[in-house]
Amino acid sequence: MKKLLIAVAVIALVCAVGTVQAKDWKKVRIGVEGAYPPFSYVTPDGKLEGFDIDIARALVNAMGAEIELVAQDWDGIIPALLAKKYDAIIASMSITEERKKKVAFTNKYYNTPAKFICKKGAIQEFSSAALKGKNIGVQRATIHDRYLTDNYGKDVTIKRYGTQDEAYLDIVAGRVDILLADSVALAEGFLKKPEGQDFQFIGPDLTDPKWFGIGAGIACRKEDKDLVELFNKAIVQIRTDGTYKKIQDKYFDFNVYGE
Amino acid sequence: MDLSLIIENIGIYIEGLKHTVVLVSVSLFIGLLLAIPLAVLRTSKNYFIQAPIRAYVYFFRGTPLLVQMFIVYYGFGQFEAIKASFLWPFFKEAYFCALFAFTLNTGAYTTEIIRGAIEATPHGEIEAAKATGMSRMLMLRRIILPSAFRRALPTYSNEIIFMLHGSSLASVITIIDITGAARIINSRFYSPYEAFLTAAVFYMALTFLIVFLVKKLEVRWYAHLRPQETATVEARV
Repeated sequence: MKKLLIAVAVIALVCAVGTVQAKDWKKVRIGVEGAYPPFSYVTPDGKLEGFDIDIARALVNAMGAEIELVAQDWDGIIPALLAKKYDAIIASMSITEERKKKVAFTNKYYNTPAKFICKKGAIQEFSSAALKGKNIGVQRATIHDRYLTDNYGKDVTIKRYGTQDEAYLDIVAGRVDILLADSVALAEGFLKKPEGQDFQFIGPDLTDPKWFGIGAGIACRKEDKDLVELFNKAIVQIRTDGTYKKIQDKYFDFNVYGE
Repeated sequence: MDLSLIIENIGIYIEGLKHTVVLVSVSLFIGLLLAIPLAVLRTSKNYFIQAPIRAYVYFFRGTPLLVQMFIVYYGFGQFEAIKASFLWPFFKEAYFCALFAFTLNTGAYTTEIIRGAIEATPHGEIEAAKATGMSRMLMLRRIILPSAFRRALPTYSNEIIFMLHGSSLASVITIIDITGAARIINSRFYSPYEAFLTAAVFYMALTFLIVFLVKKLEVRWYAHLRPQETATVEARV
């Protein structure tokens, strides 16, 4: 019994020390998605890559800490942060009021509009009437999901997918007529690829902050205010020392940071 | 725990409940219709009748339901030949794909359950049937199948429950079943605990219902096995 007590005490101590050390942020565990090209995707040999991943590495590097990447399905990405599976989310997460109730956000690290795509020539002129009765695909638990549900929920059939990649498969198969997603993800992750060549953007750039927020930020737990500050400093640092531009130029030929 | 968000959105769960019940009951029903003749044929001594059924059962028992569903849903959609054919309007629908995969899956398991029960028929019963001059069909209808169903029932009730639980996979291919409803609530309010606990309660209620109905059926089917209240015992004393 005594041995057991000692063992428990030792384990408790180790755990306690562990959490104390984590507060020094020598090692930061980052939750990423891995199915959202070109921001995050898994290469054929199984490595995580993409804009988000490179930004994550650059930011943690700028903080002088060590990084550990944790891949997590999108619809569980906030619950897993709250459950302390990792310390921050760098996964193109838009900063919205709804999410702010659960997590603390840093400043944005990029901002791009949302847009619809459909098969070339399928819809002549974009209007909410033209969408009526259509099957629209969207990634579950995204700002796009919310926007669609709130604005078109009654008029269209919404198909929700776990990842953006699954939505691409289904628009190619013809199961959905339209997709709504981030314009850059759509352009780089789908339209520029061979399977996406029959598809095109329709409608305006969607930027209403009520749904689309003010850009993508890094989400941390609310109690980790120090980590938010560290990230904000790191964002400024990589913006000024040219690291950000280098990463941006690797993936895009335009300014993703926005104004 | 914030139950108010579940109460406010109970409609989504009810909608999901409908889809789960339809998916599971339709696939179990067609699967059973499929399995009865297959199980009978599976006991045939003819290799060319037996082998394809064995192959079918082997494939569907040898691979996970999720993989089967992905093959049907995403896999079939890849072939132009299927997309151009009259089948596409069916396979285009996620609902049909799930039903298709579920039916074939439960069909395979049920075939095996019934086959086992048929093969366990006591020799005496068959001999007695033969002695009264029954034809093979009549024997199957009156003796072999009824007694096989009785033996298969407890195992089959397991299959029903497994199918109910397996149906939660349908939420992966955009169908809003009970699990799909939970995923919507989770994604909207970031409260996985409330969302999935509610789904669990729904599944548990359905399981209770299944167990209850099977129990009812057992009472009917096993009536002849129950101890009889007769006067013979007293009479002997």
